[in-house]
Amino acid sequence: MSNSKVLILGATSDVGVALAKEYAVHKFHLILAARNIEDLKPIKSDLEIRYEVLVDIVSFDAVYYGTHGKFLEEIGLPEVVINVFGYLGDQSIAENDWAEAEKIITTNYLGAVSILEVVASKMIEKGNGTIVGISSVAGERGRLSNYFYGSSKAGFTAYLSGLRNRLFHFGIHVVTVKPGFIDTKMTAGMELPKLLTAKPEQVARSIFKAVRRKRNTVYIFPIWRLIMYVIKSLPEGIFKKLKL
Amino acid sequence: MRKDKISGWGNYPEEISEIERFYTQRDLLEKISATTFKGIPRGNARSYGDSANAPTTLSSLHHNRILIFNVSEGMMTCESGVLFSDILDVIVPKGWFLPVTPGTKYITVGGAVASDVHGKNHHVDGSFSNHIEELTILCGDGVVRTCSRSLEASLFQATCGGMGLTGVILNVTFKLKKIESSYISQKQIKARNLDEILDLFDEYQGTTYTMAWIDCLKGGKGFGRSILMCGEHTTIDKLDQNKASTPLSVNKKDKITIPFNFPSFVLNPLSIKAFNMLYYFKNYKREMEMTTPYEPFFYPLDALNHWNRMYGKRGFIQYQFVLPMHSGKKGLIKILNKIRSKNMGSFLAVLKVFGPQNDLISFPMEGLTLALDFPIKKGLFDFLAELDSIVLEYGGRIYLSKDARMSPETFKSGYPNYQDWKGLIERFNPQFKFSSSQSERLKITNS
Repeated sequence: MSNSKVLILGATSDVGVALAKEYAVHKFHLILAARNIEDLKPIKSDLEIRYEVLVDIVSFDAVYYGTHGKFLEEIGLPEVVINVFGYLGDQSIAENDWAEAEKIITTNYLGAVSILEVVASKMIEKGNGTIVGISSVAGERGRLSNYFYGSSKAGFTAYLSGLRNRLFHFGIHVVTVKPGFIDTKMTAGMELPKLLTAKPEQVARSIFKAVRRKRNTVYIFPIWRLIMYVIKSLPEGIFKKLKL
Repeated sequence: MRKDKISGWGNYPEEISEIERFYTQRDLLEKISATTFKGIPRGNARSYGDSANAPTTLSSLHHNRILIFNVSEGMMTCESGVLFSDILDVIVPKGWFLPVTPGTKYITVGGAVASDVHGKNHHVDGSFSNHIEELTILCGDGVVRTCSRSLEASLFQATCGGMGLTGVILNVTFKLKKIESSYISQKQIKARNLDEILDLFDEYQGTTYTMAWIDCLKGGKGFGRSILMCGEHTTIDKLDQNKASTPLSVNKKDKITIPFNFPSFVLNPLSIKAFNMLYYFKNYKREMEMTTPYEPFFYPLDALNHWNRMYGKRGFIQYQFVLPMHSGKKGLIKILNKIRSKNMGSFLAVLKVFGPQNDLISFPMEGLTLALDFPIKKGLFDFLAELDSIVLEYGGRIYLSKDARMSPETFKSGYPNYQDWKGLIERFNPQFKFSSSQSERLKITNS
C-alpha cells in the first residue's frame, strides 16, 4: 500500500479526525498537528489500533508564525497537506472586543497563509505535492451575522486561488474546500437545517476524492453552490437591508 | 441552545432534551461544573425506556477513542462512547471476542456498564461487570475516580448497573474472550412445551451460549413451546477447509432499513400468531445444527436498521423480568397464562436461564428471565402493573434498562439493596446533578 504521508493541521477538530480516519483507511502515514498535544494522544492510539497505520503527533500553533519554518523542517514534507484549523469566534463579542476580532482574523487568515507559504516553497523545491485549504461559503459575501469570520475566509479563498495559479506551473495542486454547515463541536447547539448540514465523514470523503481527482473548488453538497450564487447575485441595495 | 426530541429504543416516552456532547474529560468537567447543571449521560440510546432521558443529556458518542488493545493478553481500554460494533471490528480479526454482549452491538461501553448488560452466556460468564478490570468515572461531586472490585469497591458496585446515577463513566478496561474463529457452531432444538424447554436448559447448561424463543400465545398441550438456541465459538478443527483458511474473517453484509414507523395494525394478535407459527415450524426437524458467522447468531435484529419502527409511532415497551430459580417456573406459568388470557401477544419473547449473580443493583440473579415486547396501546400499563405484582409475588424484579413505566414501589421491592445503593448515590452524586427521567419517576434522585 501507499507510504505517502499526509499532514493534517488542526487534527483535533471533528473534520480533522474524520480526515485522519479517511486517510488511515487508505493506509497513509498520518502526521497530526494541533495546539494541544494532550488531546492528540487518545486520537493517535485510537487510529493506530483501529487502522494499524503510523501516526505521528506534533504540536502546532497557527498564530506563532515564526515557528512554522522549523515545524515543517522537523516533520519533513508530506505529499498532502490539509489546512483544517479555523476559528469561528463570536461576531457579537468581536464587535466590541478587538482581541476576539483579531483572533478570528489571525487564525483563519494569517495563520493559514503563514504555514501554507512555508509548505508551498518546500513543495516547489520538491516539484510535487497537494495542498488543501478548508475555507468557507461564509467567505463569498460578508453578512452582518459573521463578517469577521467571513472576511477572513474570503481572504483565505482568494489566497488559495492565487496559490493554485502560481503552483500549477510547478506541478503542485491546490484544492479549495467550501463546506456549508458541518455538524461539529464548533456548531454544536446551533439550529442548522439538517439537509444542508454535512457530517464530518462526508466532508472528509469529498476532500479525499477531490485530492485524487485534482478538483479545484469543492462544495460538499452541490446545493451550496446554488445557494451562494443566489446570495452573491442579490443587488447590494437589497442585500444591505436584509438581516442575514 | 438547540432542543431535540429524544427517546429510548422503545420510542416511548419521547422527551425534549438539550444534547451536550463531550470529547474529553476537560469538556465534561466544564459542562458539569456549572452550579445549575443537571442531566444524565447518554450513549447510543439503545436502552428501551427513559433511563437516558433528561432535559439535559451528556452524549458520550464523541468520547469514543480506543486507548489500549493488548493483543497478546486480550485486554482493552477504551473511552465510554466506543460502540461494541467498533470493538468487534478491531478484535475479531485478532482472535478475540467480547466477554459478554447483549442482542445488539450498537451499544456504547459506558452503556454496557451502566446497564451491566448480560448475554446468552450469563449462566457461565456472568454479566459485563464480571469482566471489568477497572473503570474511571467523573462523579457528581466533580471528582474523577478509578474503581474496580477491589479499589473503591462500593463505587464500582453502585456504578455497574447503576444507570449513570453515580457519574459519567470516562474509561473502561476489560478482559476479552479468546476465539479461534469468527464462526459459531449453532444448534436449534424444538421443545414442545414449557417442561421440555426447562429440561433442555438444564441439559445444555454446560454450553456457553443458550437462549430460547418462546411462543407465548400457544395454549393447551403446546403451552410454552419453544426453540432452544445453543452456540459455541467454532474451533478451527471444526471448520471446513474453505473457512479454515481465513478463520477470523468478517463479512460485511448490507443492512435493510425499516424506512418509517409501521401503522399500529400491522402487529396484531393474528399476525403475531402467524409469525410464531412460521417461526416454530421453520425448524422442520427437532434438532438442527449449523456453522454460522457470529453476527446473525448474536445480533439477528441488527440486520434490520430501526427495527423498533415496526411497533409504530406510539412505540413499545420491552418488558423483561427475572424470577428466582425455586419459584421461577410457577411464576412463569402464571405470567404466560395472563398474557394469553388477555391476548396481549408478544412478537418476540425470549427466555433464558441466568446463572448465579448477587450484585448491589445489577439486574441478573440466578433464575429465569423472560423478555417480551408490547406495542403501546390502551390498557397496556394496567396490564403490565398486573404482571408486576406477579413478578414481585414470586420474588423477581424488572430490568431498569428496559423500563419506562414501573412504579417506585415495584422497583424498591424488586431490588433488596435499594437503600444501600441510594446511600452511595447520595455520597458520590450529592446534589443529584446526575438524574434521569427514570430516576425521578422511581424517586431515586428526588427524596
